[in-house]
Amino acid sequence: MKNKSILVALAALALTTALQSCKPKDSSNAVSGDAAQKVYVAPGKYDEIYNFVSGGFSGQMSCYGIPSGRLLRVIPVFSVDPEKGWGYSEETKPMLNTSHGFVPWDDLHHTQLSKTNGEADGRWVFGNANNTPRVARIDLKTFRTAEIIELPNSGGNHSSPFITENTEYVVAGTRFSVPPDDANGDVPINSYKENFKGTISFISVGKEDGKMDIAFQIQCPGVNFDLSRAGKGVSHGWFFFSCYNTEQANTLLEVNASQKDKDFVMAVNWKKAEEYLKADKGRKQTVRYAHNTYSEKTHTATSEIKTEVIVLDSKTLKDICYFIPCPKSPHGCDVSPTGEYIVASGKLASVIPVFSFDKMIKAIAAKSFDGEFDGIPVIKYESALYGEVKKPGLGPLHTEFDDNGNAYTSMFVSSEVVKWNLKDLKVLDRAPTFYSIGHLCVVGGDTKKPYGKYLIAYNKITKDRYLPTGPELSQSAQLFDIGGDKMKLILDFPTIGEPHYAQAIVADVIKKNSLKMFKIEDNSHPYVAKGEKETKVVREGNKVHVYMTAIRSHLTPDNIEGIKMGDEVYFHVTNLEQDWDVPHGFAIKGADNAELLVMPGETQTLKWIPTRVGISPMYCTDFCSALHQEMTGYVRVSPAGSNVPISYGTGVTPATAPAK
Amino acid sequence: MKKLTFIATLFTAVIFASCGGDSGKAAEEQTIETANADPESYDPKRGQGKFTAELLALTDKLDETKAKAGEAVSLVKCTSCHKMTDEKLVGPGWKSVTTRRAPEWIMNFITNPDPMLDKDPEAQAMLELCLVRMPNQNLADEEARNLLEFMRKNDGLK
Repeated sequence: MKNKSILVALAALALTTALQSCKPKDSSNAVSGDAAQKVYVAPGKYDEIYNFVSGGFSGQMSCYGIPSGRLLRVIPVFSVDPEKGWGYSEETKPMLNTSHGFVPWDDLHHTQLSKTNGEADGRWVFGNANNTPRVARIDLKTFRTAEIIELPNSGGNHSSPFITENTEYVVAGTRFSVPPDDANGDVPINSYKENFKGTISFISVGKEDGKMDIAFQIQCPGVNFDLSRAGKGVSHGWFFFSCYNTEQANTLLEVNASQKDKDFVMAVNWKKAEEYLKADKGRKQTVRYAHNTYSEKTHTATSEIKTEVIVLDSKTLKDICYFIPCPKSPHGCDVSPTGEYIVASGKLASVIPVFSFDKMIKAIAAKSFDGEFDGIPVIKYESALYGEVKKPGLGPLHTEFDDNGNAYTSMFVSSEVVKWNLKDLKVLDRAPTFYSIGHLCVVGGDTKKPYGKYLIAYNKITKDRYLPTGPELSQSAQLFDIGGDKMKLILDFPTIGEPHYAQAIVADVIKKNSLKMFKIEDNSHPYVAKGEKETKVVREGNKVHVYMTAIRSHLTPDNIEGIKMGDEVYFHVTNLEQDWDVPHGFAIKGADNAELLVMPGETQTLKWIPTRVGISPMYCTDFCSALHQEMTGYVRVSPAGSNVPISYGTGVTPATAPAK
Repeated sequence: MKKLTFIATLFTAVIFASCGGDSGKAAEEQTIETANADPESYDPKRGQGKFTAELLALTDKLDETKAKAGEAVSLVKCTSCHKMTDEKLVGPGWKSVTTRRAPEWIMNFITNPDPMLDKDPEAQAMLELCLVRMPNQNLADEEARNLLEFMRKNDGLK
């Protein structure tokens, strides 16, 4: 008995030792001596770089300063955010409208900065909704979501929102093929091969205003489109998508979609698609999708349901799509700064194939094909291949580029970043990550002119990196200095949600355009009160509109009587301040939604349905001045049918009627 | 009374301390200021800003158009906190402000309140009374000039 317990103890010890030895070597060794100096941004000083990081299952986008790793802002996009009233105020509710109705959550995977001549221009950043397929455009003057467009014929919008070199198009490709929206979708799931289609959407972007519109869709075979990148430079006019599940499995994909040695990279000639579109070769399809826009003039969003989309068929319209075989379920599909090389990472493969755009074009001209897949020509692997990066590590996922002709690939399974040279495909350096890196980001790393200097790894597992916080841990980003030959880990910082892809841009491009407040003169909200003279309370049947103002430090009106049970009260709060960083908040007891956070010069509306007779306090929620605690008021709620008249004011006691 | 002053000073300190956003900006402007001018040379009659008596070149005749425009601006940006009488609301009443202060001081203060709140003795005295820093309402020069005319009208200028 005693022996047995010693044995158990020994076994446990052995197991612990074994487990520990599996971990990358002592991480303190991985940090170089001058790391602190490199990431230290003194109090009051600005970071060098903005880093726009997807919030994953939080549905939001976060913005960090690099090199400090300081969280600067969480931008609400696809999920409601009670802190900012996003999705709760009357003005923002339409932003989350879809053809399924109001959807309060999504999963934002990838961020893309708008581009001019293949470089990030700092005007907008786009994000994708993976679950209920949508694309959002965030205005970087305000760091707010300005527009959201839904995608018909789609499921799992993953290979999105990647953009062309002059932001001509943002693409969205379906990860989960589904029957088209206008077909009868009530079909057996195992009729996948026959009934399921993969759809790729090309969303045009207005040159000046950024307005999005689905220019066309391309119907493709039912496979899983995973990631994508636009061609640039020499390959401008093409788009590349990685595809897995060319087995067309509909169950246990873990096994059934990993059967083939090679899946595909799909090359799309979108200039050719434009020609077909012009020649009227598309099919008008009746669908339903929401298009939501936010106006900075009315401070209000509108949602429109659109009903038509033009679909090009990749099977019958030749020369739009080509497949290039790619080993083992490719994930990342990244294009080098010159546009000549397409790096595809088979996540189960032991090599990283690098395709040549030039060779691909020649192969197409020479019809160097290996048959067809569902009507689409398959280019011979060798005919498009530039070369393979041998023994890069395990589980290659994503690649970004620096300004010295090097590529950096994340290795999920072996938990490392691998640096290799684009010309000779030789591995130059490897750095462990803690742990299980997914995406990575080099500053400007997907542009024609990478900035280099920093690489940020976004890790899926955090484990022991921070003080434990129970079973659920924040996820983790790691900053590397890539200025020298060897990558140097210089900082860990926690992230919100689950960070997938991120982009980084030199701060100067954006910060000079950042808006400080909204001009009250330009506010054309239908319920604005431009000054306290315009404040009032108006009853329309059981709807009561309160035109309210907020300024340090009082609300006007702050005493309101004559509200009755059964009323719907709309507090339209205008912030009269005209200075930077002076928002006012608004909350009222019992409101079943959230607070308002009203920026200077803006009007926002909180809907409130009183649930009981009595006095309900309201107050400013954002500490605004020394007399913030005084920025309060009361609403008197009387029973339905009461004869208490509407009366209101600030600094004057309303003529009150006695309680009944 | 002494106690009250102490509390007021404490409050002021808190306000200054809690105004993190502004202090960076203020510090930046201050550096520029001290680089160009001797700090001793602060002119409490003129205040700090771009306006001088010469620049304003006021006459003692009211410009009715300007005053009207100034009144419209005041309704949006000022009257939430200032009354036209001598009664204090959040800030001091406007009655006789144009006789208490030089016009260039008023113009500088309403267009450049933060740096002046940091150094002007009169502005600081008012802050101790009111306990709310006068917000920068981002007045355009023309708006400020119109407001001044409205204040002059309010003080009886014809």
